[in-house]
Amino acid sequence: MTDRNDQISRDTFIAELMRYRKGSVSRRHFLGVTGLGAATAVLGSAMPGLRGAAWAQEGIGDRVVLASWPNYHDPANFEAFAAATGAAVDMNVFGSNEEMLAKLQAGGSGWDVFVPTNYTISTYVAEGLIQPLDLSRIPNYDLASFDARFAEPGTVDGQVYAVSRNWGTTGFAVNTAMLNGAPKPVSWKEFWDMTMDAFSGRSMVHDYQLTTIGNALKYFGYSFNSVDPKELADAEKLLMDAKPHLFAINSDYQPSMRSGDAWMSVCWTGDAKQLHNDMPEIEYVLGKEGGELWSDFLAIAKDAPHPDAAYALINYLLDPAVNAKEVLFHGYPVADKRVLALLPPEMLQDPIMFPAAELLSPLEFGAAVTLTDPNRAELMARFKAA
Amino acid sequence: MRQGTRNALLLLPAGAWLLAMLVLPLVVVLVFSFGSRGAAGGYVPGFGLENYLNLGSRWQAFQNTMTLAPLGTLICLIVAYPLAYYLAMRAPRRWKTLLLVLVIVPFWTSILIRSYAWIYLLGGQGIPSWLHAVGLGNPRLINTPFAVVIGIVYGYLPLMVFPVYVSLERLDKRLLEAASDLGAPPWRSFLQITLPMSMPGVATGSMLVFILLMGEFLIPALLGGGKVFFVGNALVDLFLQSRNWPFGAAVAVSLVAVMLAIVAAYMRFTRRFAGSRDDVSLI
Repeated sequence: MTDRNDQISRDTFIAELMRYRKGSVSRRHFLGVTGLGAATAVLGSAMPGLRGAAWAQEGIGDRVVLASWPNYHDPANFEAFAAATGAAVDMNVFGSNEEMLAKLQAGGSGWDVFVPTNYTISTYVAEGLIQPLDLSRIPNYDLASFDARFAEPGTVDGQVYAVSRNWGTTGFAVNTAMLNGAPKPVSWKEFWDMTMDAFSGRSMVHDYQLTTIGNALKYFGYSFNSVDPKELADAEKLLMDAKPHLFAINSDYQPSMRSGDAWMSVCWTGDAKQLHNDMPEIEYVLGKEGGELWSDFLAIAKDAPHPDAAYALINYLLDPAVNAKEVLFHGYPVADKRVLALLPPEMLQDPIMFPAAELLSPLEFGAAVTLTDPNRAELMARFKAA
Repeated sequence: MRQGTRNALLLLPAGAWLLAMLVLPLVVVLVFSFGSRGAAGGYVPGFGLENYLNLGSRWQAFQNTMTLAPLGTLICLIVAYPLAYYLAMRAPRRWKTLLLVLVIVPFWTSILIRSYAWIYLLGGQGIPSWLHAVGLGNPRLINTPFAVVIGIVYGYLPLMVFPVYVSLERLDKRLLEAASDLGAPPWRSFLQITLPMSMPGVATGSMLVFILLMGEFLIPALLGGGKVFFVGNALVDLFLQSRNWPFGAAVAVSLVAVMLAIVAAYMRFTRRFAGSRDDVSLI
């Protein structure tokens, strides 16, 4: 590779690109610090054909395919992984667990590692879509350092299928500058009522049955996980009434919240943290009725084409130093106390990442039945098609 | 080698391709459409009509598609015809090639990226804010049917321009001179000669755009914000989210049936309109 002392480093470039993409810096700043030549050099070095052959001796292949969530990984970590092992990370981004399951069910996904949420793992095991993990190949996984509440769903019938990556909550983000003096909403009831009134045309929900139906159920005080036909009918009525007032149905809501097109959105912890960091007027609310508490996992697909690279990537991401960098980037809490010890103390006090106990206690983990229940699936499809 | 054997051998590759890539998948879709959804999604064999009886729950998606696809085709035609007319009849000869290339240039970039550009242009910081700055209100454009129509016309315009251009280019200009010699004013020779002679191109372009639009899902998803729902979006949803393959298959079969009926009716209509010049191409 050419001497690039006078140019921006690859890591800095990616960091700047992410900042630019999120709207934190202007295009002028972005072009200024990177320069077109540097950008071309970096993009060129990302082409597999142009990469040096020296790494091939690592023996895990030149690529690993990851299926994950939006705004969930620090690209600099992937760059470092590729530099150390020669395996470039190909990431596919998804908006719902249902979409992930559908891809794996259809077969031929080509995925190695994927990031399922707690309530889906038993279904992946029942459907034979996930590999049992050989923990001896993941030395960075130390069960004792993980909070059992978040790590346990990865184990089904005594066999570990998935290791803990993050946990978080599902609340909503609200742009308080748009409240016009009205008090900040604190409940799901207010979320939906404002959507149909003062925030009409400015509110977003996920393209995801679990959170969209679940938080509509919370309007009536029902369980987030309900599959009761009468309760689902109430939720459907609310969703249909609210639909004409929504700005969009999309799980990637950061761009619209940043541009000011949307003022309120159903939101996950890390997105709320990222939005709030850059635009302090965007605040995160956990509905007082409750909602979702979740944990995500790293797992290997049954027919993973690059299993060695998959184990290497999981082990790399669980390295406490790497994982701490991930947390600094995405703002989701982790269940690994070795990582928590590496984080800046003020982060551990952050009310978005670590909400007060009285806000956490009414939250529910998603239930496996919601993933497969045909009525919830069809309700969501009807809501979108209406 | 006998003539028949040679013909058979020549047709073999295309025939095998059609069988494997079109006929077999369609048969699979048809068979699936009578089955039922598995416990965790997918397909369980069976024979029932419940998927077809449930089609009413996607009526809105069919309605959106059958409104916006013809409307988009019509606007494409209205925008494309004068452009094609200028290119074929009025443009200076030495500029013609360049202008034609410019029409095709947008195709060099993925429709996905171009639609993302429209997300910005139609979003609150784009055109609405410019209109606001000059005191013309602050209209909502993104995530509306209007945005979807804009995306459609933008994306499909070249497909309409080229067939119309070709039919106008092929038009025998001596007919226009003759009409002029016989005292016909320009508007009359346009209505009686140019327009009828360009109908094959109009029909071809309209069919190309309309058929593709009936299956469109990307533009409504990106510029409609998941709120302007086409049948294509319903299909993506049924296969990739709710994993109800049999119902998805039934929706797909119905879409194909509706499309065939509309195309057949349209071909009959344009053939009658174009009279004996039955070179209405495409099929």
